[in-house]
Amino acid sequence: MKTKLPAIAGFLAAFLVAGTALAVKPSEMLADPKLEARARLLSEELRCMVCQNQSIDESDAELAADLRVLLRERLVAGDSDEQVMDYIVSRYGEFVLLKPQFNLRNALLWATPLLLLLGGGTFVLLSARSRRRQEPAALSKDEQEALDAILRKDA
Amino acid sequence: MVEMGHFALVLALVLSLVQSLVPLYGAHKGDARLMAVGGPVTVTGFAMIGLSFTVLTIAYVQSDFSLVNVWENSHSLKPMIYKFTGTWGNHEGSMLLWVLILSFFGALVAAFGGNLPATLKANVLAVQGWIGTAFLLFILITSNPFARLVPAPIEGKDLNPILQDIGLAVHPPLLYLGYVGFSVCFSFAVAALIEGRIDAAWARWVRPWTLAAWVFLTGGISMGSYWAYYELGWGGFWFWDPVENASFMPWLAGTALLHSAIVMEKRSALKIWTLLLAILTFSLSLLGTFLVRSGVLTSVHAFASDPSRGVFILGILTVFIGGSLALFALRASSLTAGGIFHPISREGALVLNNLFLTTATATVLIGTLYPLVVEALFGEKISVGEPFFNLTFGPLMLPLLALVPFGPLLAWKRGDVAAVAQRLMFAFGAALLVVLVTFLFIDGASVFAALGSGLAAWLVLGALTDLALKAGIGNVAPKVALRRFLGLPRSVFGTALAHLGLGLTLLGIVGVLSFEKEAILVMKPGQVLEISSHRLRFEGLQPVRGPNFTEDQGRFSLLSPAGQPFAEIMSAKRFYPVRQMPTTEAGIKTIGLSQLYVSLGDETTDGSGSVVVRVWWKPLVTLIWGGTLVMMAGGFVSLMDRRLRVGAPAKRKATDKKPSPVAT
Repeated sequence: MKTKLPAIAGFLAAFLVAGTALAVKPSEMLADPKLEARARLLSEELRCMVCQNQSIDESDAELAADLRVLLRERLVAGDSDEQVMDYIVSRYGEFVLLKPQFNLRNALLWATPLLLLLGGGTFVLLSARSRRRQEPAALSKDEQEALDAILRKDA
Repeated sequence: MVEMGHFALVLALVLSLVQSLVPLYGAHKGDARLMAVGGPVTVTGFAMIGLSFTVLTIAYVQSDFSLVNVWENSHSLKPMIYKFTGTWGNHEGSMLLWVLILSFFGALVAAFGGNLPATLKANVLAVQGWIGTAFLLFILITSNPFARLVPAPIEGKDLNPILQDIGLAVHPPLLYLGYVGFSVCFSFAVAALIEGRIDAAWARWVRPWTLAAWVFLTGGISMGSYWAYYELGWGGFWFWDPVENASFMPWLAGTALLHSAIVMEKRSALKIWTLLLAILTFSLSLLGTFLVRSGVLTSVHAFASDPSRGVFILGILTVFIGGSLALFALRASSLTAGGIFHPISREGALVLNNLFLTTATATVLIGTLYPLVVEALFGEKISVGEPFFNLTFGPLMLPLLALVPFGPLLAWKRGDVAAVAQRLMFAFGAALLVVLVTFLFIDGASVFAALGSGLAAWLVLGALTDLALKAGIGNVAPKVALRRFLGLPRSVFGTALAHLGLGLTLLGIVGVLSFEKEAILVMKPGQVLEISSHRLRFEGLQPVRGPNFTEDQGRFSLLSPAGQPFAEIMSAKRFYPVRQMPTTEAGIKTIGLSQLYVSLGDETTDGSGSVVVRVWWKPLVTLIWGGTLVMMAGGFVSLMDRRLRVGAPAKRKATDKKPSPVAT
């Protein structure tokens, strides 16, 4: 697919796939406000499969609506949050998760920020320490005498 | 006419080749005449690209559909402003804007670089020439905006409706000024590596360019965010979309560069690091261009199916990033690191700033690229979305923001944290008060909301404390303090404003994330909705015909407590027949710093005129973008600082003889 849009505005257009206007429709919402709140939180972490980087909570695509309904059905059936997510991943694959799983394949993804911060911090500390060692040593006895002589001459 | 533009572009390529080679050779041989070729060639190249861009703009304004590019992206009924801005509302045109801005910056260096050492100037212009040559070749070979269509169609295919907005006039040019502005820092860095030394002129020149590019990039990102906010119809202001990340990474790296350049300029320390950051920042700009332009983001497979453009930019990317980093590896050891400082000092604080900012940049980078890597290596598709960035980028920002007020108050070389903490006592106490008040007195405030508001207050008050202390407010007579305040260097104001703006943006983000109210419902005409003590009445739906679209306008009235309408909100659903695309036009009413945001859904089919409506109360939301404007103002004020305007290191002898205003 060729992008015909300006760099930055491209992503605006990507959302067009999802149509416009509203995501969650009043008819989809559950009567129990607690259950509905859980459904909203969960759907913010699920990707609309046909959109670019948009959660099903925000998307107006039909597939997103199907997922929202499916999610709510599972909640009404009494599933826990994890059970619902596992069920949806088993049907749609890991692609559906906006928050990647903590597994070996994603280890580098999750660990990079921490490793970099620690590594960079250590480097900064070490180089600061070595720099301090480079600080000029105290004057030797001869140097001090020479300096005093110059200063006396000035005075 | 059109052929003239095409020809000018080819000429620009030739000029760019000359610019790439002759000054470089001249600098190598020490031949002043060859080096002097750089300036005029650069300026003429800019004029040629400018001519070419003008011709394309005229073709758009006149709806000349004999050009494939105009035919694919314009329509004769389109309002004039969008015909104009549509010039860069497509791949080919936006790349032409990219090189136009690149050559503009090159011309600026050529025109105002008179006080640069001749060899440095020649090398900088040559490096600019390399970038220009690469991208002009890219345009002419894979993305020529002047390709013809025979026979010319009667009517065009129209511009994507989402782009038919004033946002297109502002956002891409600002963003490119930022992106491409960093090319100057890059060229200076590479030129320094070619010469094998970093002298005082280098340090003085890099900071204003970084600052200018940073101001533009801040504006570009911020305007893009506001555009998405009102155009996409659900009121989000940041999506962690790969395309957004592509512009955010150079911003983060550029912000780090801005801070390390201060250390380099003032204390001539961190030279090698600053050089590396200058290379990395522009590399990230190039990477962003690649990510967006190649289509690789949609899918690795989409990229593979039409690889000509992607491969070309990937080639440019490899040559420039690989080449500059290799040069860095070869030459960095021969550069002298300067300036010794104690870890607890202004320099130390800025190093800490750089540590967090570069880690944050890397976090965004890996989050953006990881799905591509996984797909390429394992053939599996994963998503990295907002929750990932909230969990990683968020925690990285918290300590950084908390430390911001300390930085400007620490002394150079060796600082005293305890003394600074003492001076910040008032700001800290006030911020603590904000935390308590938010937590105790605002309904539904979470711990996050309370701490977030406190952190924002800490940033704002910390910036004000810095100004107050430097002016001596409270220590000297008010009159003297005022005079001192007005006499502060502009860069001090710049720093304070930028940090204050950061606090305001944070406050806006916290406000929306924690106190937003939402209502989703079906509204009948005449029905009243109460949301966060505002009363909104739906007046009905009305079909309206625009120049190149039709729309259903939903009218809403805001009611006073007595039930009288005092303001109107209009929210619409548009349909553009040429592209068969719907868009939403959100109805937004700004009340104080907050906004009421109304978005229309489908009409119910029962004929009652009822419609699905989604309404948000977004507290303090305008501060998100208002804060960035303050940051930009800070950058601008700092650019006006005397030592940057004067260019040469200010000789203090003349002024030292007179009594300074502070002492009188």
